[in-house]
Amino acid sequence: MQPFEYSRVDTIEQASALLQQAQGRARILAGGTDLLVALRERRMTTDLVIDVKSISELTALHYDAETGLHIGAATPCWRIYGDPQVSTLFPGLVDAVRQIGGVQIHGRASLGGNLCNASPAADSIPALIVHGTQAEIGGPAERRMVPVEQFCTGPGRTVLKPEELLVALHLPPPPVHSSGAYVRFTPRNEMDISVVGVAAWVQLDDAGSHFVSGRVALAAVAPTPLPVPEVESCLAGQQVSDGTFVKAAVVAQEAARPITDMRGTADYRREIVGVLVRRALEMAVERARRGAK
Amino acid sequence: MIGTQIRKHVVTATVNGNQVDFLCEPRQSLLEVLRDVLGLTGAKEGCNNGNCGACNVLLDGVLVNSCLVLAVEVDGCRVDTVEGLAQGSTLHPLQQKFLEHAALQCGICTPGFLMAAKALLDRNPDPTEAEVRYWLAGNLCRCTGYDKIVRAVLDAADAGEASSVA
Repeated sequence: MQPFEYSRVDTIEQASALLQQAQGRARILAGGTDLLVALRERRMTTDLVIDVKSISELTALHYDAETGLHIGAATPCWRIYGDPQVSTLFPGLVDAVRQIGGVQIHGRASLGGNLCNASPAADSIPALIVHGTQAEIGGPAERRMVPVEQFCTGPGRTVLKPEELLVALHLPPPPVHSSGAYVRFTPRNEMDISVVGVAAWVQLDDAGSHFVSGRVALAAVAPTPLPVPEVESCLAGQQVSDGTFVKAAVVAQEAARPITDMRGTADYRREIVGVLVRRALEMAVERARRGAK
Repeated sequence: MIGTQIRKHVVTATVNGNQVDFLCEPRQSLLEVLRDVLGLTGAKEGCNNGNCGACNVLLDGVLVNSCLVLAVEVDGCRVDTVEGLAQGSTLHPLQQKFLEHAALQCGICTPGFLMAAKALLDRNPDPTEAEVRYWLAGNLCRCTGYDKIVRAVLDAADAGEASSVA
């Protein structure tokens, strides 16, 4: 690996000051499962690595019924799916977090890193989007909040300015009769990158027979993780039925903008989007009916 | 900055129960330091990019790929490697079961599998076969076809259950 300096910081202000001084020649280190590979393969160079895992806010994980779930940006995957409350309240997010590599990766890789890496195929980002997650960004100026669906601007690109870092992810408390799911297609069951990924979130009425609302977001079918807002109007007020699922699937297929690459052709991906949207919605509905939020 | 001298860091960690101090450059991985500085060559360099699991160690009890951890990051941490499994000449039950089931051929992946299996049994002493297979998905073996490894881990779990009952 190329030589670089290393600094462990305790506050967001320190991290931001170092980022400013380095003028683009510094990288934030959380779990390192993407960063260290990129540095070793020389896809990226840096003069300074700033380790943010000692900033308590960045590794905090807590739920409050009023304010929702706070996930510090550097919190590793295993702590997220290992938290019983998070698993109960946000099963769709947990589906996605469990699929980011194997257990060795879960021990280090963070949700914030998955977001900042901004891969079009990132598993956690569609799940964060359908949960209405806000990304909290820190820097020299005041904190700012950006909806996760606006965070990624292209493959590997985000709204973060050079002197800013992601601090936390905020998921609103789930309403009654709501739940989520994330499903993906990969040739191998584990340790693989998605050909297509689909996150769904639904809220049902008291009887569990009609959608109050619903959201879908897609992975690996556009330059950035893709919310499909058209699905919301297609589900709201409609009966939970195969016909509704099919309509939502068609709308999502029309919104997808897949490319052909070594993982699959554009046509194949579009076909899979339809299948997975139905499966993700069915799973989310089943969970919402069971009372798992 | 590149080309200039990079400052080395002093790192203090507890490795297999012993406190050790070492000097390292920030760019050195934990794997590199374990093998080349501390002489602990049990963890292997397979892919060096987080895919194969041959370098698995426990960091504060959590399974990690030591190729994806910087050695400077482990200051103040506890590191457990395959060298710490056996007690003197008595093998760890997992090591014993790997031998009994012939769950290895060339042996390169074995330290990683042992540490991954230990991490599994530490948190889930009675896993199902599916749980074992999913847990070990991040460890690659090109010799055995995995089946003997899975049998060995399940057998070690059964033996552990039996001994804890007794």
